[in-house]
Amino acid sequence: MPLNIVVCIKQVPDPEHFDRITLDPATGAIRRDGVPSITNPLDRHAVEEALRIREQPGGTVSVITMGPPPARKSLEDALAMGADRGAILCDPTFAGADSLATAHVLATGIRALGPFDLILCGNESVDGATGQVTPQLAEFLDIPHVTRARKITLADEKTALVERAVEGGYLRVEVKLPAAISVLKEINRYRLPTAMGIMAAADREIIEWGCSVCEPFGGTMESPTKVAEVFESSLKRKVTMLTGAPEEVARELLRRLREMEAL
Amino acid sequence: MRQIVVWAEIQDKRITDVSLETLRRAAQLAEGMSGSTGAILIGDRCRGSAQELISHGADRVWLVEDDRLALYQSGPYARIVTDIIAEAGPEIVLMGGTSVGTDLAPRVAAKLKTGLTAHCIDLSIEQIDGRDQLIQVVPGWGGQMMVKIVCPDHRPQMATIRPGVMEKGTAEPARTGEIIPVTPAINEDDFRAKTLEMVQEEEHETPLEDADIVVSGGFGLYGSGGFEPVERLVAALHGEVAGTRPAFDQGWIPESRMIGQSGKTVRPRLFVSVGASGAMHYTTGFLKAKVIAAIDRNPNAPIFDIADFGIADDLNRIIPCLIEQLENPK
Repeated sequence: MPLNIVVCIKQVPDPEHFDRITLDPATGAIRRDGVPSITNPLDRHAVEEALRIREQPGGTVSVITMGPPPARKSLEDALAMGADRGAILCDPTFAGADSLATAHVLATGIRALGPFDLILCGNESVDGATGQVTPQLAEFLDIPHVTRARKITLADEKTALVERAVEGGYLRVEVKLPAAISVLKEINRYRLPTAMGIMAAADREIIEWGCSVCEPFGGTMESPTKVAEVFESSLKRKVTMLTGAPEEVARELLRRLREMEAL
Repeated sequence: MRQIVVWAEIQDKRITDVSLETLRRAAQLAEGMSGSTGAILIGDRCRGSAQELISHGADRVWLVEDDRLALYQSGPYARIVTDIIAEAGPEIVLMGGTSVGTDLAPRVAAKLKTGLTAHCIDLSIEQIDGRDQLIQVVPGWGGQMMVKIVCPDHRPQMATIRPGVMEKGTAEPARTGEIIPVTPAINEDDFRAKTLEMVQEEEHETPLEDADIVVSGGFGLYGSGGFEPVERLVAALHGEVAGTRPAFDQGWIPESRMIGQSGKTVRPRLFVSVGASGAMHYTTGFLKAKVIAAIDRNPNAPIFDIADFGIADDLNRIIPCLIEQLENPK
């Protein structure tokens, strides 16, 4: 029986350039001018896993994102990897959504896409890094969830076996479909879009939805959490630089450390 | 009575350190707001751990014992925790940010339709517009920013706590509290995701978070002939070895020994950083160490901004002298 898989993806600022992010001293707002955007790396592993799972029973892979208009680029990249269709949930009222509000919007978008068997997500994003969206959207869809998946195998058309990484080892989890599973990077090596893939993707559909998509499900949800303040980490210490011949420097360091009862 | 509730996690038949760290902080916050502290304990034959939670600051423990709950089961655990919270009506709910806590907390928050803040490194209470609000601090953007998050209008306020950032404190065995046995109302449908077994892969070793002395190496060792000097210094100091992400990428340390934003947070008595320039996503993992000493060739490296003692020299000149003097004290 073919499987309908939905992959949730997110466009994020490239962590290689986080050092270019600054704080506007006047407004306290984050400034990320000139920081390029990429698809959240773990989400590309989720797309790859969906494509691999689709190989056996057949079916469709849909990719869905919530974000501003440029987030469309992440959907195009996923289509070029081999996904069948994309959907972008884009509305000014979605801006600044916390994990609960995001999960709520994604859950309504997933319902609007039609019947599904499996939802895959990256375990967390490099920017917010909460890792909370998968369990929360599973709750809104009333399906089971499994986070931190490092291996997914289909046991039969209604059951998946998951290796879930935990401290010191892993849990073997059996989960009934439909289910939401978030993946770690160990799960696979993802393919890069090829020129052929990009051409083949050109006529695949990208659906655009605004906040009206949420109306049948009680409208959008307010974010319970708010950012009260952002400040630069100021955990600097007053350093004592020790200079001189190596033996002297070493002796002085050990003396100081003993004095402070650090040794 | 205003209450703070902590979910206490059992791993390998004992309460996790981060649960006790979180409980201690909860007890401090509860005292500040003239409230009390409760703990939820779920497992199989775990009554002995309930007293331990009381001795670490819990005023009451909801004890849920069921042989189906020996391993973490996401559906039943979420339902049980949600039911207890819904009845107790606490102001604040805290969980340790382990692989299980970060799975359970968001599901519970979604059931309660309330806010949840992930991986907090600091908690405090402030009055805003006449109401006590939990100020939840999380590092953002690789650790160069700190973000204060509040949940102004929804209750309970929920947060997961990053392991290792808060102090565990010591047990007070004479402390008393109430143990409330709870019969879980769970059914087959809650087991749609079912944990079958735990497969142990790593040997038990001293967790990095428990070490008094940590010596951590970075990519600067690459040009100095490799990681060996760090290992020798670790042995001479009777400490534990750690490293940066590049050190992990080089295969010098396992992932469980990686320090920083995407790795471990430690607060040892002494942290020695060797051959690491001090990128924010690394230093964020040990900012609360009592004493920090740094050795790096580059005198302008940012590591010296966050260290107590700095040595800007070739590590192959300094480390042998340190080892010699540690092993042959005069």
